[in-house]
Amino acid sequence: MTPAQIDGLMPIVILMGIAVVLFFGGHFLTVLLAPKKPSHLKSTPYECGEEPVGSAWSAFNVRFYVIGLIFIIFDVESVLMFPVAAIFRELVDMGHGGYALIIFLSFISVLLEGIAYCWKKGDLDWVKSFQVSLKNNK
Amino acid sequence: MNQTIVSYLSQYEFYDSLLCLFGNNEGLLAFVIYLLVALIIIGFSATVGGLGTYAERKISADLQARMGPNRVGPYGLLQFLADGVKMLTKEDIMPFTADKFLFYLAPMLALVGVFATLAVLPWSNGFMMADLNVGIFYLIAISSLVGVSVFLGGYASNSKWSMLGGMRGASQIISYEIPVTLSILAITLLAGGMSFGTILSHQEGTIINWFIFHNPFAFLAFFIYAIGALAETNRAPFDLPEAESELVSGYHTEYTGLRFGFFALAEYIEVFVVCGVGAALFLGGGNLPFNIQIDIIPLQLVQVVIFITKALLLYYVVIWVRWTLPRLRVDQLMSICWKYLTPMAILNLVGCAIWLVVFNGKSMADLVFGSH
Repeated sequence: MTPAQIDGLMPIVILMGIAVVLFFGGHFLTVLLAPKKPSHLKSTPYECGEEPVGSAWSAFNVRFYVIGLIFIIFDVESVLMFPVAAIFRELVDMGHGGYALIIFLSFISVLLEGIAYCWKKGDLDWVKSFQVSLKNNK
Repeated sequence: MNQTIVSYLSQYEFYDSLLCLFGNNEGLLAFVIYLLVALIIIGFSATVGGLGTYAERKISADLQARMGPNRVGPYGLLQFLADGVKMLTKEDIMPFTADKFLFYLAPMLALVGVFATLAVLPWSNGFMMADLNVGIFYLIAISSLVGVSVFLGGYASNSKWSMLGGMRGASQIISYEIPVTLSILAITLLAGGMSFGTILSHQEGTIINWFIFHNPFAFLAFFIYAIGALAETNRAPFDLPEAESELVSGYHTEYTGLRFGFFALAEYIEVFVVCGVGAALFLGGGNLPFNIQIDIIPLQLVQVVIFITKALLLYYVVIWVRWTLPRLRVDQLMSICWKYLTPMAILNLVGCAIWLVVFNGKSMADLVFGSH
């Protein structure tokens, strides 16, 4: 990297550093100022006044996992499209607009195909309908 | 091309005398300048964030024909300082079942993520801390740290309410990132670059040069961006991760005192950042809506004021929406994102690309009023 590029990253590091300093500084102030009277009852997780039953780290609805998977597909696609989008206008100005458009559209069609597939499978419904899964599993 | 504060200041003569003061060490001088500017920007943003909590309560009171906070300071303006002091003096409680390290880490990640986004926020056309050539891309990437912190906060508390809130928050934030990214992609397409400098230089001139009026697709993209950004910052009507009527307080149920304060501060600054990015991408950033020559005040200063005004106007709309619309259900939230916003955003992207090719990169105004 050239020095100019490192220069461009310096403000980011400084801002992050200030965030960390602010966090620990605030923490230090809390230690100085705040009362400290711990008790067992105080540090039980809040469950509307009842005794907490079991741990919260248990099996969770699988829908969140599916949403995560769909997200990764779309995220990777959009990350790959950013460089294309950045030079698209340049290509149009150079007179290669039609060529660039075809490539761009073929790329997006893959994305559309992905969303159509997920939609048909019923993965975009929060409550996956029973009939959709029956129909697809036949 | 690379317009940072240091390169901006180096045009002037006093930069050289400053350089002499630091023994011709350019790196050190740049560090000092950046540090000072960072402190100013963070001070300003923290004030906006703090006043945001005040504005939220005052505007909600206005909409509901109440008085709102009016005891601390003139018109209750110092309410946020009083809240901050109160948070400092509250006992720091951690559930004994919690994952201690992650519990500590979560608010810090939120702060780091939000503060790092401030680096590329274009305060004016030449006055941003870092004009990265992947500016908008960096912003999308670094702001997902907030999503991680929401999930970590919910997970590490080991409380059922927190866990539900964190899970909802994570799925909501990653889902709405797709339409937001796709509408930003449309703007990248129109501007032909990812840096804020390039994006803003295309919107110079009058109001018709702003990207929101570039073509009908860009106009629609602004609203998709606005809806998605509301959801990404966990604002009502998308505030499911902290829905107080269902989940007590969601992912920060177990957080007390200053650590809760950090979450709140990060959230309010993030709303400001999101509004600022919306103003920069679609509404021309620091550019005036009409052509006017100003010689009395430096143009940069005017642009900073214009940019902040635009961002704060959007901020008002965000608060207005919060106190007007009821909260969505989880299934509605997901179907709005995946079945309406995402296909619409993709169509917008295709529309923008076709518009660029068919009309050879001209905007609507160029076509109507003749090209420049």
